[in-house]
Order: sequence, then C-alpha cells, then structure tokens
Amino acid sequence: MALIETRDLYKIYDVGESPVHALDGVSLSIERGEFVAIMGPSGSGKSTFMNVIGCLDQQTRGQFLLDGIDVGNMDRDELASIRNAKIGFVFQGFNLLPRTSAIENVELPLLYNNVHGPERRKKALAALKTLGLEGREHHNPNQLSGGQQQRVAIARALVNDAPLILADEPTGNLDTKTSIEIMELLVRLNHESNITMVLVTHEPDIAEYSRRIIRFVDGRVVSDERRQPVEHPVTAKG
Amino acid sequence: MINIPSTLKISLRALRVNKMRSALTMLGIIIGVGAVIAMLAVGTGASEKISEQISSIGSNLIIILPGSTTSGGLRMGMGSQPTLTRDDAEAIQKECSAVQEVAPVLNGAAQIVYSNQNWSTGVYGTTSSMLVIRDWPISSGRAFTDQDIRNATKVAILGQTVVENLFGGIDPVGQMIRIKKVPFMVIGVLDRKGQSPQGQDQDDTIYIPVTTAQKKIFGTSFPGMVRTIMVKARSTEDLAVAEKQINELLRQRHHLSARQDNDFTVRNLTQIMQVAEQSTKVMTLLLGAIASVSLLVGGIGIMNIMLVSVTERTREIGIRMAVGAKTWDIRLQFIIEALTLAMIGGITGILLGVGGSHLLSMFAGWSTVVSTLSVIMAFGFSGLVGIFFGFYPAYKASLLNPIDALRYE
Repeated sequence: MALIETRDLYKIYDVGESPVHALDGVSLSIERGEFVAIMGPSGSGKSTFMNVIGCLDQQTRGQFLLDGIDVGNMDRDELASIRNAKIGFVFQGFNLLPRTSAIENVELPLLYNNVHGPERRKKALAALKTLGLEGREHHNPNQLSGGQQQRVAIARALVNDAPLILADEPTGNLDTKTSIEIMELLVRLNHESNITMVLVTHEPDIAEYSRRIIRFVDGRVVSDERRQPVEHPVTAKG
Repeated sequence: MINIPSTLKISLRALRVNKMRSALTMLGIIIGVGAVIAMLAVGTGASEKISEQISSIGSNLIIILPGSTTSGGLRMGMGSQPTLTRDDAEAIQKECSAVQEVAPVLNGAAQIVYSNQNWSTGVYGTTSSMLVIRDWPISSGRAFTDQDIRNATKVAILGQTVVENLFGGIDPVGQMIRIKKVPFMVIGVLDRKGQSPQGQDQDDTIYIPVTTAQKKIFGTSFPGMVRTIMVKARSTEDLAVAEKQINELLRQRHHLSARQDNDFTVRNLTQIMQVAEQSTKVMTLLLGAIASVSLLVGGIGIMNIMLVSVTERTREIGIRMAVGAKTWDIRLQFIIEALTLAMIGGITGILLGVGGSHLLSMFAGWSTVVSTLSVIMAFGFSGLVGIFFGFYPAYKASLLNPIDALRYE
C-alpha cells in the first residue's frame, strides 16, 4: 500500500469570474521510503499539492489516501491528529517558536500527543542527539545558526516517529555549505530510518539528492522521472 | 486530553515575555478588584457600626411617649401633656404577654456637685429594668433594689463620662454627690457604652430610682407622672404584638372612647434603626456596583490585549496547528493566559483592597470590615472576567487557517 495515493485530485479556488484550478486532476502514488522532489514554477500548484498531502488543506474533488486513510472528509481536529501522528514538517523559514528553547520546540508535537513530561524530554533529547545538537538543547532559536535552526526543525519533525517528512524549500534560507549538510541529513534519515521524504524545491542542485522528480505545471503533473541520485559521501556524522 | 500544566507553562512564558504589557493589563483588574474590596469594606464597616449602635441602645426596644393635647384648637407638641404614669408601666409589665421588661423614665438636666467639682448632665429616674432593657451592665458597685424604688432612697449610678469629669482617679462607689443640692450616695458605675446612633455620648448620664426623681428632684403636680416608658419585647417577632397590646391596654387605662385619639405615642425604635441599617446595605451594594464597573473595564482591557496577542502570534498559532494542536488546545492556551492575567490581577487587587481599607480606617477613621465573602467573590469574579473576556480572542485564534497562519508575517 502506498503511503501517499491521490486519484484525480482537484483544488479549485473561486477568484473573481473564472475559477482557478490550482490542482487540475493530479493522480500520484508515493511509496514508503521514497525520496521525492517536487519541482515547478511558482503558481504550478506544487505548494497546493504539498498543503493537501500535508493535511493542512483539503481537496475540492478527488481522493487522497494517506497511509490508506481517506482524509478527505475529516474535520479540523481529526486532521490535526493525523498531522501529529503521520507528518513532520520542515519549512523554508524554519518556523520555530521564538523565545522558546530548542528542546521545547522539539517537544511540541509530543505535547499535543499527550506524551508525559519525563518521556517527552527523553524523546526530544534523543531526537536532538540524532541531529548532532547536543549541548544546544537550551538555546533559543535566535542563539542558533540557520543550519542549527533547521536541524532543530528536523528534530521536531522526527520526534513523533512520523513516517513522512514534508519539506518546503528546506534549504531556501541557507548557504550552499549548510544546504549540503541539511540535504545529506535528510538523505541519511531516509536511508537509515526509512522515512519518506517529499520536498518542494526550485533548485535543481537540491532535487539532485532525490530518487524521483515530479514536475508540476498549471496544476498538472507534467513529468514523473525516477532516477539514480548523485552519490554524495554520507559520513557517519552527517 | 489537554495537557493543563504544559499549557499553563506556555501561558506564563507568553506573559513573561511582555512584562510591561502584562503588568498594565493587570492594572485594570487590580484597580477593579481593589476598588470592589475597599468599597465593600467601607460599606460593611458602616453597617456593622450601625448594628453595633442599635444593640447599644438595646434590642427589641419600644418607647412610649406622652401624647399631644389640643387646647382651644391649638395642637400642642408631643409630650405636652403628662399622661403616662408609673402605674401604666407596672400595668404593661403585668398584662402585656409579649413584653419582657418595662422601665418608667423621668428625666431632666441637673447640676451635679462632688467635692469642689461640678458637672451638668442628664439625670434619669428609672428602675433597674432599664439596665436590662438597654443591655447595660454595671462595671462596679450594684444596681437598684426593689427597696430603693419603694423607699425612694437617695442613691445614684453614674455613667463613665460623669465619673471622669467629677472624680478623676478616685473610686466613686460609696462617695456622696449632690444632685440639685440633694445629697446622693453613689452605689454603682455603668460600663462604657459609647455614642448613640445620633452621636450623643450615652455615658454622660446618671441613673437614680424613679421614685426619688419624682419626689426629690423633678417634682411635679401630677403624682406618679413619668416622661417616657421604655419597653423591651420578648423577641423581634413579638415587637408588633407588644405594640398592639400596649396600645389597647393604655387606651383602656386612659378611658379613651373609640372616637378619641391616643394621648400617647408608641414608637418602635428597633424598626427605625433597621431602616437605617437597610439603607447602608443599599449604599454598600451601590458602592460595590460602581466599583464593579472598573472591574468590567479591566476585563475589556484583557480582551483587548489578548486580541493583540493573538494577531501578533498568528505564526506561532500556525506552527502549533501544523504539529497537531487541536481547536481546544489553542483555545485553552489563550483562555488560560487571560485567566492567569485576571487571577494575578485579582490577587494583587485583593491585597491592595485590604491594605487600602486598613489605610482608610487608620487615616480617615472610617470603620472598615473586609468580609471573607467579598474576598472570595472578588477572586471568583476576576476569574470569571478572565474566562469571559479571554474566550473571544481564544475562539478567534482557534479558527485561524493553519496555512494562512504559517505564512503570516
């Protein structure tokens, strides 16, 4: 069973006279453990697609199964639970809570999953350790570099053992060196923990890390190419 | 379900981040609660003082005054005709079942002399029943005996003010004084009573046997005549019955036909005092209500700040929603924040109100009483204000669209 399965997905906005088809019949299937890059010019519908499969938005028409569950008719709170259990988000702007320590940011998904205090702390510490952030647990986001902030965000995405990480331009705010670090980190997590990665990017260099590139134009999938990723040395430390 | 300790922690942090703003928002509640506590304390203090004064006159009290007369079409004032006698008082004691105690009173002003000191005061001829009616114990010496009344002995019981003015440090019991030049032996001293509701010094008084007053001091052409008769009813419920019984008995004793008006007046003093007490209670409520308005304004201040806070933290709300916060997680976060503001404000306000009441009684000399009920009510009410005015901002936050919230700059 595919982790993400969409059948004839439409998202239509009523703006002015003519309705805008942000998604115009998208049928895709993404298996567990895949590393997929979604590309396309702005306005191509790639962000809308990410919002729908991220359970932040719902389709106008068509079917979307996440891990076999039809989320099309769920209410706000059910969607929130699904997001909490199945999806980790990594954003371009990191989206960490300001004035809140790294560990508390990482604990956030556990907080809404009612994991109790000591257990919560343990899991968050483990996630931060995986990402090489030992010693930074009590730093606030503004005391961390961009790369470190993004690693905190990835730790937050991992902490609930979600099978899927959705990354929206994860390296958009980072310099080249840090971008490579982050991408290698994602590759490693995909490789070692079999976490499905779906990332939106407009940088071909970044898409190079993936094993499948899906291109969107005008709300439609125009190409779906499986490929061998360029080999990058993945060291033990990432 | 929802994780209250963590939500509380989140709220407290949010309040700490904007210390100045939180403090100013609380100020509204602090002033509101403080004002309510202080106003209620002033009001309660006033009505307790009145109750105290009422019980200082004596409880369940009825006063009978002689009536007015009409001579040649000219109506004279009340008490212008001496219609009440000691026999009337005795008859009331014997025949009115709702009456507990009766004391005839014949009073007037007189000059008192002790050694080389002199003092002018009110002299009351009465019986020892008077002390029961007025609930006024003797602090030293003894009360009148029946023999004192029967034999019209020349003995006196003094109020504290008289003692202070005539005797200085000397124990007055056993000393001789002169009232209108007639020598009297002091047999007792009354406890201190304080001011009457009208502000008179109740301790500036001398009691002597009613018979002595009639025969030796305020002699009149009407034998047995008294100025007033004081009556204590058996209970508050019996006041009306006692009044009725006294009316019937006196009409019969004074041979009044059905067409004639009363030649006496029966006054229920307790009732009059209760009206005064009632009006202070209304006053207290009014003060409390006015102060509550400032509490309401404080609540609106909280709502205002919470709305600003929700807008400012739109992105934070989006992040929380993205990682799985449900509608009520978000709502509770903001409600608890508002509640915390209101409760901290409430507690500070209570302290301020209690302190303010103490200062008022210290410097302005008002008697203030902070009742436990008003503290509990103010605390509960500030909590309600927090929940009520926190709900709308929290509701608004919970309805945000996570995608828009995440993109919010």
